[in-house]
Amino acid sequence: MQAVKIVVTGPFASGKTQFIRTISEIEVVSTERRITTAAERAVKDQTTVAMDFGRITIDKDLVLYLFGTPGQRRFDFMWEILAEGMLGFIVMVDSTRPETFREARNILDTFRRYAQTPFVVAANKQDLEDAWDPEDLRIALRLDGRVKVLPCVATRRDSVKTVVLELLYSILEELSASRR
Amino acid sequence: MALKGNLRDFNTTQLLNLIHLARKTGTLTVESRNGTARLCFKDGKLIFAALDRQDGRLVDVLIRAGKLQPEQLKGFDLTRLQDDKVLGLKLIEAGYVTQQDILNSLRAQMLDVVYRLFSWNEGVFRFEPDLQVLQNRIPVPMDLENIIMEGARRLREVERLKEELPDLDIPVRLTSRPEAIRKVQLSAEEWRVISQVNGRNTIEQIMRRLNMDEIQIRRIIYGLLQAGLIELGAPPPATPPPGVPARGPGSGVSRSVVEKLINYFRRL
Repeated sequence: MQAVKIVVTGPFASGKTQFIRTISEIEVVSTERRITTAAERAVKDQTTVAMDFGRITIDKDLVLYLFGTPGQRRFDFMWEILAEGMLGFIVMVDSTRPETFREARNILDTFRRYAQTPFVVAANKQDLEDAWDPEDLRIALRLDGRVKVLPCVATRRDSVKTVVLELLYSILEELSASRR
Repeated sequence: MALKGNLRDFNTTQLLNLIHLARKTGTLTVESRNGTARLCFKDGKLIFAALDRQDGRLVDVLIRAGKLQPEQLKGFDLTRLQDDKVLGLKLIEAGYVTQQDILNSLRAQMLDVVYRLFSWNEGVFRFEPDLQVLQNRIPVPMDLENIIMEGARRLREVERLKEELPDLDIPVRLTSRPEAIRKVQLSAEEWRVISQVNGRNTIEQIMRRLNMDEIQIRRIIYGLLQAGLIELGAPPPATPPPGVPARGPGSGVSRSVVEKLINYFRRL
């Protein structure tokens, strides 16, 4: 049985756990703890402190693991461990919270240092009124035109599926390019 | 789609950069304890700006600029002359001002508003795709690149610069969309930096070659980035310990595995 993994990263409360929960075949193994700081508790009650873990069995020989990273910097020692051997990564961004965009950019740069693997950016919470347009997000995150910035609603299976598929297309392209 | 936020998180320079690169049309309203600013844009160009209760009326702008005396307005019924284009024409016909006076005064007023906005560190902003504010006013198109560069030159908060550019070990390259650049005016220092941008040199290498300090290079790179002249490249990979192979794309996964994954998700 071969196992491959995709990492889902992004700032605190960007929707990483929900993204994995929506598509995983198993109940997501989550290491959430109650939030202790008042500022973070204003956003949500619980947060991931080590990782989230989801699984999708592709066939009898292949399984895909989805790993969600903790969003806060104080747990960033976990990031490099989770990035080890990944096929690619998804950067989740809460499109309604511009105060997190700078952190998203920094996380993206950090992961690109860990591994030169393909990635896509998921502009999450596009169903909310205050969501920034994905193309505005591209400029805000200083991403060039080659980077895929995809509209996403992490609670919707179709939306999550599209994001994963786009990442897989990028990985396939990269593999083809490295052969040439 | 909404474009809302606070200048604390996304400052004026970044907002103007976004409007410029996305070629947006609409009105940006910023409300802060310093006042309320309204700026109109068409296809990514600034066309109007007003602050607080001044609604940017032509008579007020010309009087403030010293191009018109209040007593010269005695013969005009300003309650009926709401349209600035009509009023402007009448003032030109009366020989009180020239067309150039009007354009220069409006430009100076717009720049004054934008430059004040650069000093605001906090304020709620929203961008709406309508130009209602512009009703009865004269739009004067101004390219944003030079305004953005000036905004970056005025950025004095070192902490803010460090937040925006935390890492100097990143290569910079010239923009992949040169069509967005029009008439940018650069200082000699900015030109020196541009001459070192080749997609391989990191910000730190450029700083050392040009004998600049960190604040200087951060400010210049930040300005060039926001004006859309340069882009950040991919950060160099972390060096693996001796004997450990660098992790490449896919970590040795075969094409057929990825195709299998794609087929699975297509069917899902």
